[in-house]
Amino acid sequence: MSKNILSAREDFPILKQKINDRPLVYLDNAATTQKPQSVIDAISHYYETTNANIHRGNHTLAIQATNAYEDVRKKVAAYINAPSPSQIIFTRGTTESINLVAYSFGEAFVKPGDEILVSELEHHSNYVPWQLMCQRKGANFRVIPFDEDGELDLEAFKELLNKKTKLVAVNQVSNSLGTVNPIDEIVKIAHAVNVPVLVDGAQAIQHLNHDVQASDADFYAFSGHKMYAPMGIGVLYAKHEWLMQMPPFQSGGEMIDIVTPNKVTFNVLPYKFEAGTPNVADVIGLGAALDYLKQFDPAELQAYEDDLLNYGLGLLSEIPGMKIYGNPKHRSAIIPFNVEDIQHYDVGILLDSKGVAVRTGQHCTQPIMDALHISGTVRASLGIYNNREDLDALARGIQSVIKMIGR
Amino acid sequence: MAEKSIEEIEKELIENFSLFDNWDEKYEYLIELGQALPAMDPALKTDERLVHGCQSSVWFDIHCIDGKINFSVDSDSLIVRGLVSILYQLLNNQPAELVLTADMHIFEDLGLWHHISSQRSNGLNAVMAHLKQAAADCIGK
Repeated sequence: MSKNILSAREDFPILKQKINDRPLVYLDNAATTQKPQSVIDAISHYYETTNANIHRGNHTLAIQATNAYEDVRKKVAAYINAPSPSQIIFTRGTTESINLVAYSFGEAFVKPGDEILVSELEHHSNYVPWQLMCQRKGANFRVIPFDEDGELDLEAFKELLNKKTKLVAVNQVSNSLGTVNPIDEIVKIAHAVNVPVLVDGAQAIQHLNHDVQASDADFYAFSGHKMYAPMGIGVLYAKHEWLMQMPPFQSGGEMIDIVTPNKVTFNVLPYKFEAGTPNVADVIGLGAALDYLKQFDPAELQAYEDDLLNYGLGLLSEIPGMKIYGNPKHRSAIIPFNVEDIQHYDVGILLDSKGVAVRTGQHCTQPIMDALHISGTVRASLGIYNNREDLDALARGIQSVIKMIGR
Repeated sequence: MAEKSIEEIEKELIENFSLFDNWDEKYEYLIELGQALPAMDPALKTDERLVHGCQSSVWFDIHCIDGKINFSVDSDSLIVRGLVSILYQLLNNQPAELVLTADMHIFEDLGLWHHISSQRSNGLNAVMAHLKQAAADCIGK
């Protein structure tokens, strides 16, 4: 029997505190999620009992730490259905995962005149690394636009794809609009012309299932801290054939095989891409977060979060002067909005004074804001521990902001 | 000379804010200050006069007239307008020497500094730096 979702809130100690004398209503989950006690305990326990540098030590603690670290790699592989743990590379986060591919794939495969195709819905972290790689390689950076509903224009995508296209980079869920992109279809279209696809799963992994073999994505990147795991740990999954052909991203210890003054050869996968002492404690924390999430039924969790999202969208759309951005067929956990004549920054600050934490501004997606001709939005984003009372508090907060600003 | 000294205006503002015991009231007062700030001539709202914050935008126009600092300032955020209106009340039409040496601790004294976390992104720091620079230039002339 799977764990009751309504009991999740009890597992997160930070949510029990008051902010500005009001009970904390945390609706900034797309920025980072809170951590359950079991994740916090796993990190403490690692430092209290197991800490040692991994892989090269031959003492008991080094062996235990290595085993714990490698066990998490297996758990991550199982979680996204990767064919082998050797295709799971630990990074600092989604940003580093994407930078790794932008660098190493670029070095191996991109030549002047080639094209990289990204979507207009991307976070800067799945946009700028490709821009810089294109500048380095003399390649052209092309952008797939989105329509008024906040959906990617797949016809434009098909037209943009051509013989020069070397890679497509797209997110599974937009961090600004919450649009769930049709990843399976995008991969199919790109693969039909032999173009690999990188999927940024940062806003998806905590809400939707992702099976990398089912989607057939070539690269899948995500962060621990948005899925109830610690900050500073991320994952890059990649197909074996790409990892074998790509040169290392960073170099140093751990990633080498033989080093002489004249020659260096590299370690096997995944270690070729994990230079230096890794972030063992946070990998352990990531493992605890996966264990935590696995207690819930994934379909039930998605249905719960979708229901909550629809409840919030309904509640907010009743507020006079409310503008909610995008109307995608499938939206995940994100409500982007503005209130007429009130700056998003003011809404955020005043909501905070009522204990409601949201994010305001451009959300690292300036291309989206430019396309919508706005300076930013307020973004409420959901997590496993949110409930209808949180959204009621948000709606009440917005009403009182409107009253304070005196319209 | 301005009618009141910077210290006198500062004292008044601190007294006014001390009348409120909760943040809702303090913010309401800040919003009132923002609403009362004279509007900036739209023609002056050019990119050269803009401090781009990722949270809010602030425009400023500073002049040195007879050794005094004269400025207008505006923001798309009412709360930031409230904050810059404090700067305006304190420093507009004050002698450049006094603007240059003003300690600018008022936001800390009012407790606003710790509460409004993103001073950097809301452009307030940048406006203060521009005022100091303009005051230095004004004295140098």
